[in-house]
Amino acid sequence: MILIIDYGMSNLRSVSKALQNLGGEAVVSENPSDLKGAAKVILPGVGAFGDAMKELDARGWVRPLLDFAASGKPLLGICLGLQLLFESSEENRTAKGLGIVKGDVVRFPAFLNLKVPHMGWNQLKFKQHDCPLTAGIRDGQYVYFVHSYFVRPADEGCVLAVTDYGLPFASMIWQGNVFGCQFHPEKSQEAGLSMIENFLRMGV
Amino acid sequence: MLAKRIIPCLDVKDGRVVKGVRFLELRDAGDPVECAKAYDRDQADELVFLDITASHENRKTVLEMVRKVAENIYIPFTVGGGIRKIEDIRELLKAGCDKVSLNTFALDNEHLVTAASERFGSQCIVVAIDSRRNPDGTSSVYTHGGRRPTSWDTVGWAVQAEKLGAGEILLTSMDADGTRNGYDLEITRAVADAVCIPVIASGGAGKNSHLYDALTAGGADAVLAASIFHYGEISIPAAKKYLIERGIAIRT
Repeated sequence: MILIIDYGMSNLRSVSKALQNLGGEAVVSENPSDLKGAAKVILPGVGAFGDAMKELDARGWVRPLLDFAASGKPLLGICLGLQLLFESSEENRTAKGLGIVKGDVVRFPAFLNLKVPHMGWNQLKFKQHDCPLTAGIRDGQYVYFVHSYFVRPADEGCVLAVTDYGLPFASMIWQGNVFGCQFHPEKSQEAGLSMIENFLRMGV
Repeated sequence: MLAKRIIPCLDVKDGRVVKGVRFLELRDAGDPVECAKAYDRDQADELVFLDITASHENRKTVLEMVRKVAENIYIPFTVGGGIRKIEDIRELLKAGCDKVSLNTFALDNEHLVTAASERFGSQCIVVAIDSRRNPDGTSSVYTHGGRRPTSWDTVGWAVQAEKLGAGEILLTSMDADGTRNGYDLEITRAVADAVCIPVIASGGAGKNSHLYDALTAGGADAVLAASIFHYGEISIPAAKKYLIERGIAIRT
């Protein structure tokens, strides 16, 4: 069973529907104790880093999520959910992230003179080619992004793919059982659905 | 590279698509879900649903439509029309749309844009601007479906909307709308140059070269059109091919 974490910060309909349409068993949960029975977890999220961490904390998700990540079972962060896996974010200096992946989250710098949020379809350039999450996805594939901040892993080795927007930023990360994508696979048509399907089939 | 977007717009009344979509394979051209799926198959980059029902009792029908569409397509979609308050936005986003488009009520109540972007993030707040040219060459913003003039200059309101927290501007030229003579490149350019958020050009598309012009000379990030896609005068795959051949970054 795949657990989709509901902490009041995003619409989960598309993600859960995608999993169901692919034949998976997805449960949207507001209850941290459900993590014990989960084979895999998706941490979604839209909105601000500080608010999201506050909600995760207030609803008792932080410790169980850290335990889940340490258990070796697959964990996928989507959009803000990816950023929350990191230690800190420029968006809110005082909020502490989950710290499952070392590194921070920063805003697209003003000197690049870009439109922020980075919104729309942009391409993936893979740094690693053997990740089970992205099996079958070609280099240059377009996926759908909406974000103003991006992650900077301390260890470059966990960058799975980069995307160019004024500068190359980490659009996917892979650290053992922990995966993250800055874009929305549930809004990225076939390519996004293949990744969700790959996640579903992982270890099965 | 970030791709330019092609966005079909569907007018919806009482939960049904009006101005029908003439895709041959559709059994029910008035069904929003069937239309959305057809555009999803055609590789539209996003969809916009504009609810043109006047009455406020209609909200439930709209929410039901949004729910069904969200379960059936895997591209982002925006819903606009008659959104008055934060609660309307919350319900729509919860039902599954990705963005909402504010128009008349954003001008009536500027606080709505700020409150909405603070609560839900600017990425899901689109401010739609209906612009009309004045005899002296300037452009003004109109509300209530283009019936009522405001004191806002088009560029001035776009800049203000960005300040208030809008994440995107959907700019419709009322002069060009329905003419099929091309987008109003001048006002599109003026707005695109004045703001740092994406601008969607709307109104006037009649052929592929119009899309190209709006994305180049007009400086738009996306082009929206309704009838030319619905009636099959331009297919989205053909438009994409045309733009790619001319060096525009387009998702394939």
